[in-house]
This record gives sequence, C-alpha cells and structure tokens, in this order.
Amino acid sequence: MQPVIPIIILALPLAMFLFLGLCGHKLSHRMAGILGTAGMGVTMTLAYITAFTYFFSGSPEFIDADAHTRLQAVIFNYDWLAFTPQLVIRLGFLLDPISALLLVVITTISFMVHLYSNGYMRDHHGVWEKGFQRFYAFLSLFSFSMLGLVVATNIFQMYIFWELVGASSYLLIGFYYTKPSAVSASKKAFIVTRFADLGFLLGILVLSFYTGTFNFTDFTSTEVADGVYQISETTSAGIRDLIANSTVPMFMGASVLTWALVLIFIGGMGKSAMLPLHIWLPDAMEGPTPVSALIHAATMVVAGVYLVARLFPLYLMEPAALDIVVVVGALTALYAAMVACTQLDIKRVLAFSTISQIAFMMVSLGVTRPEFHHGVGYMAGMFHLFTHAMFKALLFLCAGALIHAIGSNNYTDMHGLRKYMPITHITFLIGCLAIAGIIPFAGFFSKDEILTATMGYSTVWYIWMSLVAGLTAFYMFRLYYLIFWWKEHKVHEGHPAPHDQPWTMTLPLVILAAISCVAGFVPMGNLVTWNGHEMFDNVNFFTNLSALNWQVAGMSLAIAIVGILVATVMYRKENRYPQMMKQALPRLWDWCFHRFYWDELYQFITHKIIFGCISKPIAWFDRNVVDGTMNAMAFVTQRLSFAIRGLQSGNVQFYVWMYLIGALLLGLITAICLI
Amino acid sequence: MFSNVLIYFVIIPLLMLGGFFLCRDIKQIRAVAVVGSTALLALSIWLLVDYLGLRAAGATAPMLYCDSWTWFAPLHINLAVGVDGISIAMLILSSIIVFAGSFASWKIDDARHFFMWLLLLSTGVFGFFISIDLFTMFMFYEVALIPMYLLIGVWGTGRKEYSAMKLTLMLMGGSAFLMLSLIGIYYHSAADSSQLTWNILEIAANGAITTEWQYFLFPMCFVGFGVLGAMFPFHTWSPDGHACAPTAVSMLHAGVLMKLGGYGCFRVAMYLMPQAANDLAWIFLILTGISVVYGAFSACVQTDLKYINAYSSVSHCGMVLFAILMINTTAMTGAIMQMLSHGLMTALFFALIGMIYGRTHTRDIRLMGGLMQIMPFLGVGYVIAGMASLGLPGLSGFVAEMTIFVGSFEHADMFHRVFTIVACSSIVITAVYILRVVGKLLFGPVQDEHHRSLTDATWWERLSTITLIVSVAAIGCFPNFFESLIKFTFSPELFHAIGM
Amino acid sequence: MELTILYYLIPSLFMFCCGVYGFVTRRNMIAMLISLELMLNSVDINFVVFNRFLFPGEMEGMFFSLFAIALAAAETALAIAIIINVFRVSENIDVRDVNKMKH
Repeated sequence: MQPVIPIIILALPLAMFLFLGLCGHKLSHRMAGILGTAGMGVTMTLAYITAFTYFFSGSPEFIDADAHTRLQAVIFNYDWLAFTPQLVIRLGFLLDPISALLLVVITTISFMVHLYSNGYMRDHHGVWEKGFQRFYAFLSLFSFSMLGLVVATNIFQMYIFWELVGASSYLLIGFYYTKPSAVSASKKAFIVTRFADLGFLLGILVLSFYTGTFNFTDFTSTEVADGVYQISETTSAGIRDLIANSTVPMFMGASVLTWALVLIFIGGMGKSAMLPLHIWLPDAMEGPTPVSALIHAATMVVAGVYLVARLFPLYLMEPAALDIVVVVGALTALYAAMVACTQLDIKRVLAFSTISQIAFMMVSLGVTRPEFHHGVGYMAGMFHLFTHAMFKALLFLCAGALIHAIGSNNYTDMHGLRKYMPITHITFLIGCLAIAGIIPFAGFFSKDEILTATMGYSTVWYIWMSLVAGLTAFYMFRLYYLIFWWKEHKVHEGHPAPHDQPWTMTLPLVILAAISCVAGFVPMGNLVTWNGHEMFDNVNFFTNLSALNWQVAGMSLAIAIVGILVATVMYRKENRYPQMMKQALPRLWDWCFHRFYWDELYQFITHKIIFGCISKPIAWFDRNVVDGTMNAMAFVTQRLSFAIRGLQSGNVQFYVWMYLIGALLLGLITAICLI
Repeated sequence: MFSNVLIYFVIIPLLMLGGFFLCRDIKQIRAVAVVGSTALLALSIWLLVDYLGLRAAGATAPMLYCDSWTWFAPLHINLAVGVDGISIAMLILSSIIVFAGSFASWKIDDARHFFMWLLLLSTGVFGFFISIDLFTMFMFYEVALIPMYLLIGVWGTGRKEYSAMKLTLMLMGGSAFLMLSLIGIYYHSAADSSQLTWNILEIAANGAITTEWQYFLFPMCFVGFGVLGAMFPFHTWSPDGHACAPTAVSMLHAGVLMKLGGYGCFRVAMYLMPQAANDLAWIFLILTGISVVYGAFSACVQTDLKYINAYSSVSHCGMVLFAILMINTTAMTGAIMQMLSHGLMTALFFALIGMIYGRTHTRDIRLMGGLMQIMPFLGVGYVIAGMASLGLPGLSGFVAEMTIFVGSFEHADMFHRVFTIVACSSIVITAVYILRVVGKLLFGPVQDEHHRSLTDATWWERLSTITLIVSVAAIGCFPNFFESLIKFTFSPELFHAIGM
Repeated sequence: MELTILYYLIPSLFMFCCGVYGFVTRRNMIAMLISLELMLNSVDINFVVFNRFLFPGEMEGMFFSLFAIALAAAETALAIAIIINVFRVSENIDVRDVNKMKH
C-alpha cells in the first residue's frame, strides 16, 4: 500500500489543528465548524478506504497466501529520534486488524462529534459558544493524536501520542476554563493519567532495556516479507530467551517481563480508568458533552485496552500479568456498575457505565487463552470495543441533546421527555438495548462472546461478570425510565417546551443508532483475532448468530431481561420502591452514592500527605535549613567582622602599642624556644 | 586574529557595548540592541550551517575552528578558541535568548546602562562557550558573573540587594573552588613541567593527571561548576536571585548562565578527570537525584511565580548534571538536549512572568486568576511553556527528558537505574505544579477586577515570545537534527577519554 | 678603657626607647614627630656603629645612615607641612582630633 493515504490520514487533522489554532479566530464560527467537519469527513473517508483495503483487498501484504491469516504491514516508518542504533523512536504506520478497526471507530465517532458539535456548541438563539474555533482545533488535535496512537509501530511512538491524547483531553475537559470545577477536573484527569504514565514509561524502560528494541513487531511477530509481519509465538519466545539470558531476569520474585508488563498495564489502567485510577473519568464529564462522547467514552479511554491488545502475545507469555488484568477488570466492572445505579447526573451514570464496559473489555483480554476457542476473548474484547464505541457515543450524544434542551445534567430536572423529544427517545432506547445486551442489538453479540470467553477461564468470574451484565441492564434502564418516563414533564413558565435538536445533532444520533442495530452482525471473528487467523471458513450475515453458544447467550439474555424488568417495575412510574430500597440498604447506598469515597481518599493523599507532609516540609527545609545555613555563614562572617573591627581604629599610637607588645611576645617566644 | 569566526562572538557584544556609549536616545539604544543581537543570532546560525558542512565534508577533529593566540607566555596562558557540536548548540541557545531578551527589555529604565551590563554578561557567556583554554574560560566565567550583581541590585525588584549579594557571594564561593581546581589541573597538565598547558584538548591528550590528584580536584571542580548549575545543597541563590532579577536578566541567567555550570562540569570536570568522574559519580548522583525531586516538590507549594520557576529550574538543571554523571552517550546527549530545552523554555517562562508582572504588579498566584480571558496571547504562551516543562511530546522537554531516562536506564549498574526511576517520578510532580499554576493563574474566574483593564502583549513582547516558542517547538519536532549535531561530539575517540 | 660596641649601643637603645615612649604617649603631633626623629636617629647610630665594628673595610652602613638622614629630613618637612595644615583647619594639633578623614 502506498503511504500517501496513511500520511494524509495523520497529517490532515494535524494541519486542521494548526490552521484552526493559529488562524481560527480570523474565521467566522460557521466557517470554522464547516472546515473542521469537512476535514474530519475527508479523514474518515480515507480511513475507511484504508481499512477496507486492509480487510478485503486480499493483497499479499495484508493476508497470507492461504487467505487465512491476517498480517501486519508497516506502511511507513520514519526515524524521529535515535537514542542508540537499536533504540530508535520512529513515527510510522502499522496496519493490522486492530489498528484498522480502531481507524474506523475513531474517525466515525470523531466525524459524528464534529458534526454534532455544530449544533451543540450554540445556544437556543443560535449564539455560538465562546471559543468555538478553539474547540474544533482541539478536537482535531485529539483526532490526530488518537490516530497516531493506534497506528504506532513502536511502543515509544505510542507513548508520545499517549501523552498527546492526555494533553488534548486536558484541554478539552478544561474547555470552559472560567468554571473552577472544569479547571480542577482537567487538572485531576491530567495528573492521574500522568501518574499512570509514569508506570507506562518505566515499563517501556524495563522492556527496552532487556529486549533492546521498541518495535511492536520485534516483540510479537516474525517478518515474512519486507515490512510485512506475522504474529507468532516463535519470536516472542526469542524475546523470552533474551530476557532469560540477561543478567537480572528476576526482580522481587517475578520475572522482569512480568514487571514490565504490569508497569505498562498501569499506564493502561490510568487511561482506561480502571480501579484505583478511575477517579478522573467521572469528573472529566465537566467537559462539553461531545467531548465526553468522543474522548471519554469511545476512543481515548479504550487506549488502555488497545495497549494490552497490542502487546497481547507478550502478555500471553506471562499469564500472571494477564491474571492481574482480569482481577483489576472484574473489580472495576462491578464497582462502576454499582456506583452507576445511584448517580443523579446522567453524564456521570454514563461515565461509570463506560468504566464498567471498559473493564469488560479488559477482562475479556485477560481471560484469553489460545487453547480456548482460538482465543475468542481477544476477538470479543475488540468487538466490544467497537460496538461499545458506537452505542456509548450514541448515548452520550443523546445525553448532550437532553442537556442542551433542558439546561441541566440531572435527571431530576428531566422526567417524562418521551413526547417532547421523540428522536432522542428512540435513539436513546436503542442505545440502552444495545448496552443491556438484547438481541439483535450490537452489545448482545460482543458481550456474549466476552462471557463465553470468561466461562472458559473460570466459572467464578463468569458468574461475577454475568451479574455485572445484569446490573448494566438495570442501571441503564433506570436512567432511561427516569429521563423519559417516571412522571410528566413540568414545563416552566417562560421556557419553551423541550424539543428535538437541529439536524446537525439528530443526524449523528440516527446514524449511530442504525450502526448500533447492525454492528453486532459484523463477522469480527474473521477480521480481528489475536494471531490473525480467521475463525470461520465462510461468512455470511448470520455468521455471528449461528456461532452463538446458546447456553451462555440464553443465560445472559435472561439476566439482561431480568435487569430491565426490575428497572421497569421500579422506575417506569413514580412509586416508592426506589426509596424503599434506599432505606433497606442505607449503608450500601451511601457508599455507592459517594463512589466508595475514593475521591475523598485521594484528596486526603494529595493534600494532606503529598502537599502537607512532603512538599511543605521540603519547602520549609529549603528556606530554613539549607538557606538558613548559607545565611548563617554570612551572619557569622558579619558578626566576626564587627567583633574585630575595633582593632582597625586608625589610632596610630594604638597600632604602635600592639606592635610593641607583639614584638616583645615574639621575642619572648623565640627566647623560650632557643633556651 | 580576526580571520577566525569565533572571535566575533566576543567582538560583537563588545562593539555593541561601545555603541551604547554613542547612543543619544532610547530609540538608538534599541536599534543597537536589536541589530547586534540579530547579528549574533545570524552568526550562530551561519556557524551551525558551516560546521555541519565541514563535518559532512569529513572533518573529524574533535574541535573545529581551533585557534590560539598567546596572552601571557610565562604561564602558558593563551586565548584558545574552538567549538564542537555542543558548544555550537550552546552558542545558538545564547544568541536566541539574547535576541529574545533584548525585546523583552524594550521598556526598561535607564536602558543604556542596563544594556551595557547585559552585553558585558553576554560577552562573558559567549567567551566561555568558545574558549578551550581553562584560564580564559575562567576569566570569561567571571566576566559573566559580576554584571549579575549590578543588574539585579540596580534593576531588580523586591529584596534585590540581599539577593544580588547572596547570588554573587555564593557563585564566587563556587569560583574559589573552581580556581583552585583549575590551577591544580594546570600544574598536572603534563608529565614534563616545562610542557604545562591550560588547553583542554592538550590536557586531555596528555592525560597526565594522576588518579590521586583527580580524586582531589574533581569534586572541587564539579562543586565549583555545580553551584552555578544549582546543585543541591548549593542552589538557594537561585530562587532569590531569579525572583528579584529583572526579566531579561532572569531569562539570561536561567536560560544561559545556569548552563555554564552543566557545560563546565561536562567540559572540564568529566572530560579532563575521567577516572575520578567514574569513581566518584555516585556521590554527585545522590546530590543531583535529590535536586531533581526536591526542586519539584518545593515548587509545588510556592506562591510566587518566579519562585515556582526557580525551583523548577533546580529540578530540571539537576536532571542535566544527573545525566552527565551517567557517563554514556545517550544520557549525555540527553543532558545537552536538556540544557538547550531548559534554557529556551525557562527563558520563555521568565519572559512571560515578566510581562505578566509588568501588568499586574504582583507575582503572587493567589492574587491573580482568569488571566486567560484578559491576555489570551500571554496565557497561551504560558500554557505552551508549561506543557514544554512537563514534557509534552512535540515540545523540547519531552525529547530531552526521554533521552536522559532511556540513556540513564541503559547504565548497567542497579544503583544508577534505581536513581533513574527516582528521577522519572519527577515527571508527575512537574505536572502537579505546572497545572496548579496554570489553573490558578490563567483559568478560573477573574480574581481581581482591576485586572480586567489590562492589555495583551505588545508587538515586541509577541516577537520575543514567538521566537522562544518556535525554538522550543523546533527542538521538540525535529530532535534528530539536534541529536546528531550533539552526538557527533561523542565520537569514539573523544568518548574514550571520558572512560567509556 | 676601650670603647666597646656596647658603649654606643646602650645610648642608642635608650634613645630608641625614649622615642617609642614619646611616640606612644604624646598626643601632640609635633612631639610625636620629635619622638619619631629620635627613633630614626638611634637607628642611624646603630648603622654607623655596626659598620664600624663588624665590617671596618666597607662603607655601606655609613651610606645608609646618610641616606636615612636625608629621607628623615624630607619626611619631617612633609610631616610639618601636614601638621601646619591640620592646625589651620582645626586650630589644634592633638592627634586624637585628626579623625575627620576617617568617616
């Protein structure tokens, strides 16, 4: 494949960022919006072309001669910074199943969000939001960074773009920079993920120190032709030998590879908001809603999942690291689902739901073993990433439409909106059905595969995850009923009744809803697998349906329906069940409502311990001890000078006296010595 | 003598100094400052191009444009000049900052004398970077230090006399150590006492300093330069000095003068006494490792903008010395990159702080807020500087820090790697204090209603800021160019001398 | 009786001590100047005497004392000039009062 299109895919958003960032304020708002959207549209088209070429052209750089194994192709790879002849940061474009999939996901969602923001970033009177051009510039910056991240050919390139997405997320969360809560949320997001990135960086250092390379293809694949690689266990075994033969293969009872992988996973935990580094994501909802849809639901937050998937063959060599992934993922999934049941702010419910769903993907990767169904978990994780991006972006954009119409984030101000906003209502319902896992919507297929994979790994985790799936259905429908049903909407005096938004906002909803309906039928098993081998021999529209394990599928469907029914009973009409439940489990409800007091804990650690017990004493020490020593030296010198100043009186006769006495003393001493 | 291009780096500032005498009004003074600093910038860029041309044509000598003129024959003192990639990087850094600094001090009081002292300081800086004779190097070093006293004492703010005195005395204390060790090096520069020399290249070639003497001289030399490089615990001049200095002086001081320390440590201490450097590095690694983390933590709780930046400089400059002590190509390249990067971004910081201070008349972040709404240009500049400081890819800080971390981690010794991990943790703390300042200063609601009437940057301030931002971004986007410029210096023969 | 070196040195020492005593105790500048002259002259005597007794063939000591006498004359002239000027300014030649230039 010629590198022209891939280069444009990366360069166009960057150019858009620079252009809108530098000259945006000279453009009209409408012009900036159109430019940004058009730029993203072109990028999306090119990304589609690239992805379709990769999956369906059958070119020998993308699929092997038997047409059963998908290959990795390095389209271009420029040296950017050479530390040593081996350790070189390159900026390149790696095309393989997961990067092609992510190209589609990112550009689709990004385009929808660009389009949607044209409507969202104006108020009801058509007045544009202040800094509208800046908003589009930042969106372009984010798209550029995210695309660069997924096509990275080496782990350091990934780290570079990893930092860049962090920074663009910081800028976008803090878009309303005059609002203190947005400023502190953006700060929190950056610092928490930065802390995780420290783990990532250390992991890279350890890994590169022992393997002598940054390249993903060196970690996981063998080269079959020039610039074309096949994922294989043999090279990975070669790396294992390399690590085994180096001088420090073990560190504190675990191999350095485990350490490196766990450290790298910490980086992924930060970006993907896994427990205990999840606290930034709910606060990140301070940003404009389209941003939440793009960054904090569909793309950036799955970077951690993508990272694990990218290094998956390495993780496979250290099952201990994968077990950690499973435990972290499972705990996070349950935690986030429980918290989501109690939140008032609809964006926060969706944020916790995102955390929970990402945890599903993590679990799915963690439970993958090649011997079980050709490693179905990997495929399921990626599948869920894809479907979740679509329906969660849909849900967020619906939430944005609601917030735009109502002017508040809390469902207590909404209630009974189904008549006022029919399109939003239907699309939101489709999103809820998809996330709850109702056949035939997208979420059903991907979640079902995840549960299948989990069952192959451990029954305990299977039951655990099924429970979380049930909770998911419950809290999503709780939200749905509380927004659209519960009781009649009160229209305030002087306010227009809420209504559906302009076409720029509803069109993305409809498109995403349509995708959510059909995305489940994409034969992902033939497109994305951990080693590139296709799972099915021949493919048609019903492949996924016919490949279902009905034992698991029936079970998960049943659980989802139970969840929905419970939610229907409790929330469809105004009643006292919710209050009863709250009173029945007051302690649990409190903990969930306060998100298990994680924020307070972090507040305590940062303010009381880091600032109070480290920074302040160090600053004090610096001013008083270190600087005090210097000042004390100056002080002593000055005092000493004052003390002997009297001797320099200028009185010549006194000098002569001193001279005489000195001469006599000297004579005396000499005399004594001579005797 | 005038056929050597390097000497013009000293002659141009001196000519400018003379030019200021003849100026009659502020316009002429500005004209001289702008023309002179532009000439310096042009000269350094020409030198870079010519140097790369010579290297491409196959010049392999460690130093190019070498020349030597006898100054005082009985003691073998010469004015010897010569540059390699590192010196050229430093010369470019200095000329960029002098250029930006001239614009940043557009409205200074008593401009004639201010610029005269500033240019004397620059003379010292440029002279230091082109010298390869220890004695003239030391002389230029002192020339660069002394004007600082007057610049801070006369044009400064706050407790300026105290700070000026403290800064000068502490740096002079460092020079005393330095002088001792330089004389020591001179007397052991050659096996035959009639062949004694001050020339760095010859001393390195002779390799006549015995290990015992190295153990004695290396710590003195490293501490002597380390004081200027703000090494813990000799850094306390830096916060007070920076806080009280006028804008252009802070820029030059943090941007260039502190680099004299790192450059000296590398060029003299490490290069001439490799054995001791190798054996005693651990002591200084501990000290510089402390600097890195300690400076960052201290910066977290400061409330004065300049103090925050000064402590951040302690942390970043600590990183320079830290990497130099790792004694391997990658880490040392990283150290030089960090010097460049820190020089530019800290100059940018101080320029912006000066501009903000000039408007609000306070540097206390508790009294300011929401400045982004009022002065968007300065605000955006500050955010970019902050992002460079916390190591955002695409800006210079990332490249330098990553080179240092990767290089340091390559060290085979466990001790060094543990310290690398400690140093790595500073990237988180840096993010904390940078975002804290950005959040309090620029974002949020406007704190003081009087600030609403303030204006955004003027054209000369914009020019100064943009020059620095472009330089920071250039290093961040095209690191390979700078890396190869620097790395050539670490050619195998030369590197052999540093004990690798 | 033979005149040994001591017959010269003891008066010279006595003169020197008088000079020192006078220089240290007197406050009048003229008196201090006279004491200074006493000390100088005792030193001159010593030069001549040592030359005569230790190196009879040489003349350096003689020359040196002549040189010192000439210098002493010049110095006295200078000192007197200063004292007169001080007197003109402050109507007083007490050494303790001559501290105006100190501050």
